[in-house]
Amino acid sequence: MTGPGPLLQLTGVTKRFGDLVANDDVSLSVAPGEVVAMLGENGAGKSTLMKIVYGLVRPDQGSIQMDGEPVEIGSPRDAMANGIGMVTQEFSLVETMTVTENVALSDVGVGHVDIRSARRRVLESMEQVGVSIEPERLVSTLSIGERQRVEIVKALFHECRVLILDEPTAVLTPQDVRALFATIERLSETGLGVLFVSHKLREVAEISDRVVVLRRGRLVGDRVTGEVGAGELASLMMGTAGASAVESAPPGTAVGIAVGLPVAETAVAAARQREARGPTVLCVRDLTLLRQGRRVLDAVNLTVHAGEIVGIAGISGNGQTDLMNVLCGMVEPMGGTIEVGGVDVTRTDTAGRLEAGLGRLTEDRRGSVVPQMSVEYNLVLEDLPTYTRRGMLDKAAIRSHAESMIEEFDIRAGPSDAVATLSGGNMQKVLLARALARRPRVLFIAQPTRGLDIGAYRYVHTRLQELRDGGGGVLLVSEDLDELRTLCDRIAVLFRGEVLGELPIAEASSERLGVMMTGGAVPV
Amino acid sequence: MRLVLRGREPRWLTPVAVLVAVLATLAMTAVPIRLAGANPPAAFQRYLVAPLSSTAGLYEVMLTATPLLFTGIAVAIAFRAGYWNIGAEGQFLAGAIGTTAVGTGWPDLPALLALPLGFLAGAVGGLAWAALPAWLKRHVGIDEVVTTLLLNPVALLVVQGLLNGPWRNSTSGFTDSDRLGTGYDLPALIPGTRVHWGFGIAMVVIAVTGFVLARTANGVRIRAAGQAPEAAAFSGIAVGRLQWRCALVSGAVAGLAGAAQVLGVQHQLTGSIAVGYGYTGIVVATLGALSAVGVLAVGLLLGLIGVGAQNASLVLQTPPQMGDLVTAVLLITVVSCLALRAYRFVRRRPATADAPFAGSGVAT
Repeated sequence: MTGPGPLLQLTGVTKRFGDLVANDDVSLSVAPGEVVAMLGENGAGKSTLMKIVYGLVRPDQGSIQMDGEPVEIGSPRDAMANGIGMVTQEFSLVETMTVTENVALSDVGVGHVDIRSARRRVLESMEQVGVSIEPERLVSTLSIGERQRVEIVKALFHECRVLILDEPTAVLTPQDVRALFATIERLSETGLGVLFVSHKLREVAEISDRVVVLRRGRLVGDRVTGEVGAGELASLMMGTAGASAVESAPPGTAVGIAVGLPVAETAVAAARQREARGPTVLCVRDLTLLRQGRRVLDAVNLTVHAGEIVGIAGISGNGQTDLMNVLCGMVEPMGGTIEVGGVDVTRTDTAGRLEAGLGRLTEDRRGSVVPQMSVEYNLVLEDLPTYTRRGMLDKAAIRSHAESMIEEFDIRAGPSDAVATLSGGNMQKVLLARALARRPRVLFIAQPTRGLDIGAYRYVHTRLQELRDGGGGVLLVSEDLDELRTLCDRIAVLFRGEVLGELPIAEASSERLGVMMTGGAVPV
Repeated sequence: MRLVLRGREPRWLTPVAVLVAVLATLAMTAVPIRLAGANPPAAFQRYLVAPLSSTAGLYEVMLTATPLLFTGIAVAIAFRAGYWNIGAEGQFLAGAIGTTAVGTGWPDLPALLALPLGFLAGAVGGLAWAALPAWLKRHVGIDEVVTTLLLNPVALLVVQGLLNGPWRNSTSGFTDSDRLGTGYDLPALIPGTRVHWGFGIAMVVIAVTGFVLARTANGVRIRAAGQAPEAAAFSGIAVGRLQWRCALVSGAVAGLAGAAQVLGVQHQLTGSIAVGYGYTGIVVATLGALSAVGVLAVGLLLGLIGVGAQNASLVLQTPPQMGDLVTAVLLITVVSCLALRAYRFVRRRPATADAPFAGSGVAT
């Protein structure tokens, strides 16, 4: 290779977990100013490799070099000292501290902390990255999207020369993705090397200079982005079956969406023209919520009919989480009403809402299960009275229910396995099984496919479509516009706690939704 | 050597961890026992074997274990629900006060009336003492660890205040209460021994708790609330109310311990009636993994060590505190070994740590 030598160089990195080979003799490099995308399905070993580079996991074999010099990275501290910064999928922010404090935290030694100069540096850093968040805000008040931006600022706060972004766009809106890409371009022009981990082909094609593909722990491809087609990348990623799946997949189907192919507007619209509407299953009227004096929900009106999927689009932090909390009964609204199947449940507790036919699946998967408890008990946690006979739990019925759910929802676990041992996809299937087993009139579901691999992604979508076709209603909150446009019949846009407008799917182009999501005028 | 997280814990690991902890306890306590001038193997024989080698010793173990079984299961009930009741000591004393109040207030009641009333008064006393911190936790959000703990010395001061004031012994003038009426004498569970019906009641409470936790819907709710309160609330479980109720039940059971000690052993209130039973209950519950069977086993084990320590102090002239020392070391080693179950020991690989570039190719 000509030009400057690689900034970061991995050679022969191998990592085994018992029988599983997470990384098998992987070698790759990142040059200064180069954006390298790492592509691979969930479980391909991307995260493990990134953790090795960042010192969170030690490799069994192999070496890491910076500027041609061998480096020993035993901890994130070593990684930072060597100019490696990382933004992980799971954030490491202290919720009770402000943005400034969080960013400055890793810099704090012993003694006096000059918070004022820290604040100034944080603002500069934000400027550089193109992020505008009040430095005094507590992290606990930030949305997931905003927290990620703070993480990026934090990673760049040090003398960072290689930035690793692990699935950074999973939580971002199209506009945010655009801003992120602009940032990446700006930073790479200054000589920063970027390693961008993703499983979305489209993003990779757009942002990277070079693509490396991991499959089952092995590096199976290293291509220049401009010279490789989506089909080839997909086949590298998923094996030979992948390419044909992508190429033959009708636009707008789950496979196509999952790998990031553009949604064909007309096909989606045509598929979604449904005339007959069932009765109203969810009616939200003038829902208002104040939090710390701020109107986080402002007279929200939403209606879901039987047999339709209504989407809620919006940049994270515009009231989605509050809407979820209010609908699930975790927070009482200041005003307005919620009706499920004609029953007013505004003042009803969770059990009453479940009784009325509300199903719920929140974005916080881990907060919805009891991790140490078995799969079978988690499955019946909302229905304990049903499984009680003469004051005693009917263990046989619980077991057989769990077995049938495991079979039906293809959960890869045994009934007595602790939920904590399950993968994200299987955990989501447990929650989906729990919600759907009650045959809800209307299912409220938020970010259902975040972080899932293609198989699970497709599976969740199929289930939601089945629920709709069976006469159930679905209220779907998602930050993934492609997902919304594949599934929904109507899409409402939430902006600063207000429903800014509602579009039938035929009119809901990415551009229009994008304008509305940023508070633009309501299209006629 | 490094510690590496395990993926899964094999089943054999828990017994092995407990065994390692016991061996470590024996090794570590051998030193102070030697310093006390005794022969460690002989001392361990006194602690762990001698009490079991005679029926009289066995009965003594059951008697000593009785208050620990009560307080152990009381603490386990609260901990299971995620309510950290550190106040079993105070609730024990409040129970003893309640029982003494009825026992000295109506000394002439027949046993058939007196005993249920005595136990009821003990339970009410413990419950009342637990109610204030539980209420503060539920409605004001004040941490129960602090409030329950701080109410323990308050309860002791109330006992001392009563014994120095209104309840001072009317015949001897000592700071002990009057003897309760004879109707309040708890009969022996096994005739001819000191083992009283309190032991039987403790067994019933443990059995009922085990059944509720393992076999009923409320048991599942309690476990869910304790392990993941937010997820439990999301699933429609009223976590706050559940913890409040478990806190009250926990206090009532700790109060029963005080009642049993007054009715079955002391027959009067004394300033030293609790001697740390409430605190030891935390040890029993924790070592017993908050399960009914575990509480039973550990309660009896600590009873055994308690009797053994008295025995050893008589025969081998070791200080009686040596038994507490063995118990405390056992707690630390067991808790540590159980925590270490999640890890395995790995010897550092020279390939990555010392010579990271051996065998790798030339950089391109």
